[in-house]
This record gives sequence, structure tokens and C-alpha cells, in this order.
Amino acid sequence: MASVNLEKIVKTYPNGFEAVHGVDLEVRDGEFMVFVGPSGCSKSTILRMIAGLESISGGELKIGNTVVNNLRAKERGIAMVFQNYALYPHMKVYDNMAFGLKLAGLPKQEIHERVTQAAQMLEMEHLLDRLPRQLSGGQAQRVAVGRCIVKRPEVFLFDEPLSNLDAKLRASMRVRLTELHRELRERGEPSTAIYVTHDQVEAMTMGERICVLKDGTIQQVDSPTTLYDRPVNAFVAGFIGSPEMNIRNATVVAHDGGLGVELGDTLLPLPASFADVLSNRVGQKVQFGIRPEHIGTPQSVLGAAQHGNLATVKGTFRLREHMGNEVYTYFELGGHEFAARIPTDFAGEIDRAERGQPIELSFIMGKAHIFDLDTGLNLTVAANPLS
Amino acid sequence: MSSSKTMGARPRRRLPSSAEVLRTQRRERISLALRYIILSGVGLLMLYPLFWLLGASFKSNQEIFTTIWFLPKDLTQLLDFSAYYNGWMTRTEFTFATYFLNSFLIVVPRVIVTLISCTLVAYSFARFEYPGKKFLFSIMIGTMLLPPIVLRVPQYLMFKELGMIDTYWPLILPSAFAIDTFFTFLVVQFLRGIPRDMEEAAIIDGCNALQLLWHIVVPLLKPALISVALFQFIWTMNDFIGPLIYISTVEKYPVSLALKMSMDVSGEVDWANIIAISIVALLPSLTVFFLAQRYFIEGATSSGIKG
Repeated sequence: MASVNLEKIVKTYPNGFEAVHGVDLEVRDGEFMVFVGPSGCSKSTILRMIAGLESISGGELKIGNTVVNNLRAKERGIAMVFQNYALYPHMKVYDNMAFGLKLAGLPKQEIHERVTQAAQMLEMEHLLDRLPRQLSGGQAQRVAVGRCIVKRPEVFLFDEPLSNLDAKLRASMRVRLTELHRELRERGEPSTAIYVTHDQVEAMTMGERICVLKDGTIQQVDSPTTLYDRPVNAFVAGFIGSPEMNIRNATVVAHDGGLGVELGDTLLPLPASFADVLSNRVGQKVQFGIRPEHIGTPQSVLGAAQHGNLATVKGTFRLREHMGNEVYTYFELGGHEFAARIPTDFAGEIDRAERGQPIELSFIMGKAHIFDLDTGLNLTVAANPLS
Repeated sequence: MSSSKTMGARPRRRLPSSAEVLRTQRRERISLALRYIILSGVGLLMLYPLFWLLGASFKSNQEIFTTIWFLPKDLTQLLDFSAYYNGWMTRTEFTFATYFLNSFLIVVPRVIVTLISCTLVAYSFARFEYPGKKFLFSIMIGTMLLPPIVLRVPQYLMFKELGMIDTYWPLILPSAFAIDTFFTFLVVQFLRGIPRDMEEAAIIDGCNALQLLWHIVVPLLKPALISVALFQFIWTMNDFIGPLIYISTVEKYPVSLALKMSMDVSGEVDWANIIAISIVALLPSLTVFFLAQRYFIEGATSSGIKG
């Protein structure tokens, strides 16, 4: 049973490059925490520092109540799943799983019990006699997870474990891993997990909390839904969600007794709840953000009328991508390109629209975000409703 | 044909045995036969000296120098292995059994120390960071460019000072310090190609540096180490200059020296004997090569790590 505490963790490489700038984070006991961010955001570096594979240049790392900065990897009570599985190619699956336990000097009987139990849990008893090269990608991944489970570590570390699998397998492994985590936790076994990925779908579906990183600093740590509905800045807003949030430069203007944003020649009225935070910004440039699913045809957004503040405008159609249940529609508005996700049943004229044709679109303004132009901070974070 | 339209697949019709098909098939057969004839011809040409050598071991001196055909005129001579017997017994007091044993006394320890020293040095170059590493590595590569003959004189003087002349030490000891730069380089490059993930996994599993080397790195290096052992075995077995310089007692001669010795014992040489024994001298290297070849190929295919 252990939490993981990072206090002002810094990583500076010998060449002077500072990769991690004083990260503070608490991963609670039994929690499934996901580190997500674009490549080069140091998410793997932080994970490797927790694992003991990278030295910690500054700050304090605690696992449970122990400061582990100077402890070796094997003394930290962690286990790690690597991106390339990192199975020992010359050992059979059984020995791969038993290797760490043998080094720890556990009695043979107990090793056998633990390995068979883990194999049962992962439904891979039939694989125990094989060599890693005789395994498929998904099987190898399961063995890598099994190798961690047998060690009964305080903390599981996952370094992009699914990125080498094909899309279908990745989806099923995602569910499996999540289930496995819940199963361990319900049994009362230690199950704190830190999972690194660059795939925001994995982050959203697996994480109980998500830590969004950029350039070695934490942007936001929160539950997936909060992260999605109330991103603290434009980076988080743009990173989470697919297709990504439309974030375009705009000007705050007074409109009809309230406020609005002006994008080129188009004016979109803002909800009254934004008035407080934006009243002193009239005439200033900001970033206007809205997710593609909050733009639709007038028919498709009818259900969202409860959020009020529907703004219907004319855009210029550019392109559509049929996804089956949805049509991703790309259009121009006020000199900016926007993307919209529209349910196929409500696509209407968009299904037949030609490039350059004007189409009618509705913005659910209650779901919009206004970001500071320079800092990218979400000015309306408190005003956004949680779904 | 109608089904191909609905299936959207390529039309799969049965090939009619039309004249065109027959013509194409004939052309392909002829070109294949031609290729094989040319390749086998060239292959035979290259192997012919070896066949000749084998045949010559059953011939008389007179026949060796007058015929180019590899089989002896009188084929019954092929049953006469006296040349092998005579060659093996030599005209000295020692048989080739002694010389082979001497060779192995040099080769086996040398291969072993080469493997150990190369692995250790390569492991440090490929996996550890320490000041001056790049410089040391470039010096090592630099020594690879030195002609070995340059080292002979100072090495000889050094071993003379150490009182190791006429022992096997000068032939074995240098390899214990990874002086076979080429092998070290080979292992370094091989190790650099192996992702570190497995070693990191082993660190987390609780390995220290030496356990890591033994349990993880050495097994991963197996294909490279087999090539090193193989080449070192063959090269040392065939080495002539080294023993020539350091070994002076006939009793300690390895095979390569003994072969040379049997050539100039007296004016009249029975060439069949020498040829016969040189064929026998090839056998250890050939055997080792064919034994190792299996692992060689297996290693090359299994080291491919799915990425």
C-alpha cells in the first residue's frame, strides 16, 4: 500500500539541459494515474526517475513514507512494463516472470505459486513454456504485465505499454489493464499505478486522474471529465479531445447588453455567466475555444438548448470526413478554419454540400472557453459547466 | 468472370494451356538451367584446388607434379591411406598428436580469455558513461589500423624480459587484455544495437552490474560471441608467425609450425604426406565452423527484437 509523492522534482542532464522543472504531484494509494503529453514533455523521464532508472537531480521522491531518492530500483518496491515489452529473449515465459523472484531469493514453491496465479489471472497458462519470440505482440504484453504482478510491487509503472500494438488489440488491452487494476484493488493488493502515454484516448479511458505535462512542467492534474470540461489552459484544452478543440484568436466586444466575441466579420454572443470574468477585457484580443462536438447543425444541437446561448451562423463549407456515426465537417468562419463533429442523422445539407457553399451551423456558446492570448490561461474555467 | 465483379477481387480464371503459356514456361526453364550451369561451373572452379589437394594426398610425388586432374590415375590408390599414416607419424620423435595437442593448448585458452576480455571491455564501452570514454574508444579503434607486425619487436622484447619466451604465454596473454581490437569492436557494435530495455527491466528485477552482465547481456550477445570464438579459433589455429617467433622447442610446436617443419627436414620430401597432414590440419577449423554455423544462423534470426 503506497502513495507516490513528488516534491519539487528536478531533472538536469549533464549537458545542463533541464528536462523537468520542479514537479509537485501526489499519486494516491491505489490510484490509476496517467501521465500524458506530447513527445518531449518529459513524462517518461519522470516515470524513469520514479523507477530508479534515472537519477533525481533535485527534490524529494517518496514512495509510501520512505524517501527513495537514493534507493536502488529493486529497493523501491516498483515494477515496470516497458514499451518494447523488454522480455528476456533467452528465457521461457515462466523464467521471465520468475527471474526477479529468483534474484530476491524466494523459495521455489512460492515462486511457482505466484507465477501460476498471475498466469491464471492473465489467462496465459498455456504460454508459460514458450520463448518470447514465439509470442504475438499482445501475448508478449501480457507476459510483461505478468512479470510485474508476480513481484507484488507497491507501485506499477507503465511506459507506453500499448503503443506497439495494433489499434484493435490496443483497445482490448486497455480494457483488460483497467479491469486488472480494479481486480487487484478489490482484493486489497497494492495497486497504485502510474501509466505514461501520449495517446489521449488511453489517458481518458484508463486514468482515474490524468496529469497533463508539457516541457517538463505539470499543466493540470484532474479527473478525465474535469480535464475535458474545464481545461485550465489552452494547451490542455487542445491536447485532450479529438479532433482537437478549435482555438482561434478573437476580440471580446460588448453586444446587446452582454458580451460577445468577434472573429473576423462574425460575432458570437457569449453566455451571461462569462460576463463577470470578461467585463474588463472588452476590446482586448483573446483566444476563443470550442470543441468540435459543440458545433452542429441547427437540428443537431436542439437537445443542447438547455445550455442556452445557441449562436447560429453561416460558414463556408470546405471538407467533410465520414466517420460512420458522425461527419467531421471543416468549414471557414470569419477567416478561421473550424472543425465540427455532427451526428450523421442530423448532417442534412452538409452531406451534399460542395466546397465553398455557405452552410448553417450552430455554436453551443455555453460550452465555449475563453483563453488569455498570451498566457493561454482559461479565463472562464469556473464558468464552464461540468457534464 | 461474373463473380469477380461482385466480389471485387481479381478475376481468377484457370490458366489455359495455350501456346503462349508453354512458351513462357519453356523460356523460364531454359534461363533457370543456364543460371545453374554457370553458377555450378564457377563454384567448381573455385573448389577445384581443394579437390586436387584431397586427390594429391593419394598420389606419388611424380604424379603430383605432372597431372592437373585431381583423381590419381590408378583409382585403387584411393584406398591407400599410408600418406596419412606417415604424415601423422612424422620423421621426428613426435607424432602430430603432440602438435595438435599443442595447438589446442594455445587455441582453447586464447578463445576463452578473448571472450571474457572482449565482453567486459565492450560492455563498458557500450553501456557505461565515464570521462575519457570517447578518447579511449578512438585509441582502441586506432590500434586496429596498426599493422600487427609493428608490435612484434617490442612485444618480443617485453616477453623476453618477462622470461616467457618458448612458452605459450606470449600467444595467449595479450588476448586476456582485449588486444584483439576487432573482436571488441564487433561486440561493442552488436551491443549498441540491442535496446537497453531488457537490461533496465533486469535492474528493476534486482540485478547488479555483474548479474546483469551474466544473466542478460551475455545471453543477448551469444551470436556475436559465437562469431568471436569461431574467428579466434580459426585464426589462432592457422597462426604461423606468432608461434614461429616465440616457440623454439620442437616438442612445443603447434600444427602450423610442425607442418612447415616437415617440409624442410630433408631434400627429398614426400609431398603426399605433407598434403595429407595439411588436410587433417584443416579438420578442427572446419568442424568448429560447421558446429557453430547452426548457432550462428539461429542467433542472427532470434536477435531480431520486435519493436
